[in-house]
Amino acid sequence: MMPFFMLSAGVDAGSAGAAPAWVALAYLIAGICFILALRGLSSPSTSRAGNRFGMAGMLIAVVTTALTHIPTYVVNVADGAGQIAEQSLAIDQSLVMMIAGAIALGAVIGITTARRIAMTDMPQLVAAFHSLVGLAAVLVGVAAYLNPGAFGILDANQEILTISRIELGLGVAIGAITFSGSVIAFLKLNGNMSGAPILLPMRHLINLGVLASIIGLTAWFALIPTIGTGPIFWAIVALSFVIGFLLIIPIGGADMPVVVSMLNSYSGWAAAAMGFTLHNSAMIITGALVGSSGAILSYIMCKAMNRSFISVIAGGFGAEASSSGDGAKTDRPWKRGSSEDAAFLLQQAENVIIIPGYGMAVAQAQHALREMGDMLKENGVNVRYAIHPVAGRMPGHMNVLLAEANVPYDEVFELEDINSEFAQADVAFIIGANDVVNPAAKTDKSSPIYGMPVFDVEKAKTVMFIKRSMGGVGYAGVDNDVFYMDQTMMLLSDAKKMVEEIVKHLD
Amino acid sequence: MACFVGYYVVWSVTPALHTPLMAVTNAISSVIIVGALIAAAAGRMADGGQIPLWLGLIGVVLASINIFGGFAVTARMLAMYKKKERK
Repeated sequence: MMPFFMLSAGVDAGSAGAAPAWVALAYLIAGICFILALRGLSSPSTSRAGNRFGMAGMLIAVVTTALTHIPTYVVNVADGAGQIAEQSLAIDQSLVMMIAGAIALGAVIGITTARRIAMTDMPQLVAAFHSLVGLAAVLVGVAAYLNPGAFGILDANQEILTISRIELGLGVAIGAITFSGSVIAFLKLNGNMSGAPILLPMRHLINLGVLASIIGLTAWFALIPTIGTGPIFWAIVALSFVIGFLLIIPIGGADMPVVVSMLNSYSGWAAAAMGFTLHNSAMIITGALVGSSGAILSYIMCKAMNRSFISVIAGGFGAEASSSGDGAKTDRPWKRGSSEDAAFLLQQAENVIIIPGYGMAVAQAQHALREMGDMLKENGVNVRYAIHPVAGRMPGHMNVLLAEANVPYDEVFELEDINSEFAQADVAFIIGANDVVNPAAKTDKSSPIYGMPVFDVEKAKTVMFIKRSMGGVGYAGVDNDVFYMDQTMMLLSDAKKMVEEIVKHLD
Repeated sequence: MACFVGYYVVWSVTPALHTPLMAVTNAISSVIIVGALIAAAAGRMADGGQIPLWLGLIGVVLASINIFGGFAVTARMLAMYKKKERK
């Protein structure tokens, strides 16, 4: 008896067109689950159910794929005379083991990271996760290129279909840009690399050149026959890594929310492009969903800074700004307050509006801040928090930190909802924010932040400004008139230390 | 179609939940794992060596870090919003 193995043709991983109807249905259900997951986020109370929908969708997609694509073998057991005596189906167990091992490894790394990460490090984590999606997309693209037959993208002449070559080229390009761009974003957010923009001479020219060559190479790759396309394909991959790097290095700190949401969008488009190559509806639907979600977030962020998307991408915000900022800097009188004064004034106040910014995240001051808020509330002070859309380094960054510190979310307000209230506020308490309270955005047309919606803190009776020193200015590098107003009290110290001292004096 | 739906859904997300939104979309974009699985399975059948198989498997590892990490971190964030509701 000599068992021999034969690949069965019916479950050929590449026969995408012949996928049974239930597979298409399952992928569609997975897509709907993902839509419900996003839908759930419209309110904190439904958000957890949304997250579970997301997990369910992912499970459906993975199980469906595993069932349809893991090759099965027809085991033919021959009898002595060479005739087939019996046939049985067997799955490729070693492959199942390998895949299970790969998923388990990823699960362990992913869950430990997610548990350990501090909430203040959230932007880095998201950037790192984006880079993984990008890299995975590149790997899938390369695998498809090396092994086109098994993906069912060959035409009659054993060449990769033209349309598939376009999709492959675009997919690996977007994936590679997502990867290298996210790695740079991660390094900048994590402080391994200076957050200041790095400006290369003629960078616009270089970027445009590289971008044009990627497009040109993709067209070339699509139009000429497969034989001999190797170098072109690898050139697309390599150039895309380079452009991702070049695009992100000139972008400075305050523009990071836009960058992070843009990369979020790219990771979605990379998945969608790969989905087209593999004729996989789940990947197309989901990729497009994530892609448009990220694009909308980028748009919201840009609008909140009154800057066009192009100007953010072109980069160099901080650098251009600091030159104009230096000229305007003069020695003007300002008042320094102590924690004791601040505590006294806060206790006397009726309405206090707290404006947190990136500085609060850096100093990890959110817990101390909440403690201060609680003590004031016990004294009958109306405490509210005001969050600017671009405060912090990613969309919603401040909200998460305040949530971590147990600040009730009905005390947290958006810019438009609270801005009219500053006139009635006794104290505007600014902690680690700067550009978002700069009145120059409303009055000074030459200011680089002109037109950006800002909080009207100057209308409050007293402004308290926690800042580490008078020397440093915000990320935009612009001097702030609020520092020098009569009703402003500068509290120069580390944000956390200062708030803790105020708490002591409140006792 | 998905772009259209995505457009309406995302606008309805409250700004306070933008960070969880990013985390969850990020987890969802690891649907690329489907591609990686296909690549691994296809690589298994290829006669052109083991490279596509290993590329696929590495892709599976990367994507599953993302899936588990992304959903876990979203759940953690959303749990913080939950605590306050009880107050």
